[in-house]
Amino acid sequence: MSNNQTTERSRRYLNPYVGGVLLGLVLLAANFVSGRGLGASGAIKSVVATSIEAVHGDAVNTMPFMAEYAEAHSGSPMRSWLVFEMLGVLVGGFLSGAVAGRLKLKVEHSPKITSKRRLIFALAGGILFGLGSQIGRGCTSGSALSGMAVLSLGGFITMMAIFGTAFALAYFFRRNWI
Amino acid sequence: MGPLAPYEIISENTNFLLAFFIGIAFGWVLESSGFSSSRKLAGIFYGYDTVVLKVFFTGAITAMLGLLFMSLFGWVDLDLVYVNPTYLTSAIVGGVIMGAGFIMGGFCPGTSFCGAAIGKIDAMVFIVGLFLGVYGFAFTYGWWEKLYYAKYLGEPRVSEALGMKDGLFGLLLIVAAIGMFIVAEWAEKKFPREEY
Repeated sequence: MSNNQTTERSRRYLNPYVGGVLLGLVLLAANFVSGRGLGASGAIKSVVATSIEAVHGDAVNTMPFMAEYAEAHSGSPMRSWLVFEMLGVLVGGFLSGAVAGRLKLKVEHSPKITSKRRLIFALAGGILFGLGSQIGRGCTSGSALSGMAVLSLGGFITMMAIFGTAFALAYFFRRNWI
Repeated sequence: MGPLAPYEIISENTNFLLAFFIGIAFGWVLESSGFSSSRKLAGIFYGYDTVVLKVFFTGAITAMLGLLFMSLFGWVDLDLVYVNPTYLTSAIVGGVIMGAGFIMGGFCPGTSFCGAAIGKIDAMVFIVGLFLGVYGFAFTYGWWEKLYYAKYLGEPRVSEALGMKDGLFGLLLIVAAIGMFIVAEWAEKKFPREEY
């Protein structure tokens, strides 16, 4: 990589260590305000639970998933801290992209693969991540990152399982990325 | 004295409003660090871009140190801060499935929302997948229930599990992270790739 490209990259994105410290401060603020860390998949779970409840009013009595959800969340599912937080993520991501000139409707993929292949893998990856986040009680944000900040044993185990598996499988999916 | 919401220093509605602002900051930091790009995120698994490792570990350590110091100064009551429970089996099985989803999809849930926010269609499709996966879990919950509750260990801290003080574990984590950062900087030089 030429020096020119290196400087271009550093101008485009935040220094990763600075970004990390800022991320840590945001996570710290979340813990200080709400007593819990950040999360992402939990917001999706809230939306899913709300939609199921809207269609099947008595789902809480007939679906074990809904009963489990209701037990863990009192009040209306949509009044969930993580739903408001994730709405903020959309706004914050959009603002950052707008300031940096990165707003563009596109399918990002390696030049070696087609858009269609990228989208099929994105869908499959999303399905797996959605399923895994429910089994693991949280995703990279809620379980791994937030769990590590409070030194949760489960958080460290989930983090190692996520990154370990992705490293182990990287060889088989290399054509998608390199 | 924190945390504010559990101590009822702020109302529920204020807590939700702050959630929105904290979310804005979260989304801003992720996007400006490059987490809206799946090719940047996936770089960690091939060594050409290790931004994930650097941001993730610096973030976890900053928050961990912040909580430990704030507890030390009496600014936050750690007994009221949520510690994720440890269900050993589901933590591993869920993590393995998420890892497979990560290398295939190139995003995790939080980063996919950042990607979608700036117009990445692959991120939007990933989010559709997330919803399908969560609906799938909701409707097949009975299959997973036994696994979901297996090997419950309570809410142990990793420091307790290893029989050391929180501070010592924190120090070891920092040393380990610095070691990983050195390897990461080396890998980026060894496996360079053009800007994308």
